[in-house]
Amino acid sequence: MTSSASALASVLAAEGSGGDDGFQAPTVEEFYPEPIAEFDLFGVAFEITRITLIMWLATAVMIGLMVAAVRKPSIVPGKMQFIGESGYSLIRDGMARDVIGPKGLPFAPFLASLFFFILANNAMSIVPLAQISPMSKFAFPLVLAVIVWVIYNWVGIREQGAGRYFKDAAIPPGVPIGALILVTPIELLQVFVIRPFTLAVRLFANMFAGHMLLAVFSLGTVYLLQVGNFSAIFSVGAFAMALAMTFFELLVIVLQAYVFTVLTATYLNGAVEPAH
Amino acid sequence: MIEVLAELEGNIGAVGYGLAAIGPGIGVGIVWAAYIQATARQPESAGLTRTYAFLGAALSEALALIGLVAPFIYG
Repeated sequence: MTSSASALASVLAAEGSGGDDGFQAPTVEEFYPEPIAEFDLFGVAFEITRITLIMWLATAVMIGLMVAAVRKPSIVPGKMQFIGESGYSLIRDGMARDVIGPKGLPFAPFLASLFFFILANNAMSIVPLAQISPMSKFAFPLVLAVIVWVIYNWVGIREQGAGRYFKDAAIPPGVPIGALILVTPIELLQVFVIRPFTLAVRLFANMFAGHMLLAVFSLGTVYLLQVGNFSAIFSVGAFAMALAMTFFELLVIVLQAYVFTVLTATYLNGAVEPAH
Repeated sequence: MIEVLAELEGNIGAVGYGLAAIGPGIGVGIVWAAYIQATARQPESAGLTRTYAFLGAALSEALALIGLVAPFIYG
């Protein structure tokens, strides 16, 4: 064995042994910070952690921006009003009107709230000092998905009647009788279980994986600088990767907020209009 | 005796998820490729087919997301 290969082997062995001097990869513990305050309410234990505070902050900032945008509405909009109105019309025209259809305009405020709430919370994953998105805790996207699930089923029953709605969900029109053995279970599972489940998991998984990626490269940069041999030159590569991943994360932040909202609009579209 | 150069530690679930992501990856790729092709051939149909593109992508992606949670359930 050549000397360089054995040097590499000893480095790898040192890292693989999991000793205190090796690289400590980020673990799931990242998402369970120490609680700042704890209290019991009706026998349910509540914990206020860093992540809860981040969610309050993100929501407060988004509400503040929105209120500032419409504080003094004028016919010729100022900068803030222009940004606020463009953002709202992206949801109102692009989703509520175009995806749901003519019956969709009443849902525009709901879709816009959903989009901007998710956007603000996702954005916290690359905001300095916060650096973790509340959406990377499964509970947050799960509650949003349950809200969406209740609303589209409720709207479907209200618009089409319970019998019609559940019959169309179980037996899609135009399917041959023989195929119903396969189609009915799949459709029922899809509409009532898989839709909310994937809405929640998609958002959670993207934010979770994004945080882990950033954590791996950031901690890797620090480790390579501190390890105290020629490895320091590689920290430049790790840092460049952390920087590139931050921009990729920015794309994911906007895209996942958009995807969550556009899928909500698509499910609402199926609820307000009978299948044909 | 074989000298151990490096050992790997971890969960086989990670390999399982790698395998589970192949199919949905191809599926989502096909959905968006078809959407782009349809839009290139008939740009005015972009708004009409966008809903179906997102529905199709969400359905195929569901498999990858189920694959993501399977190691947590069975692990």
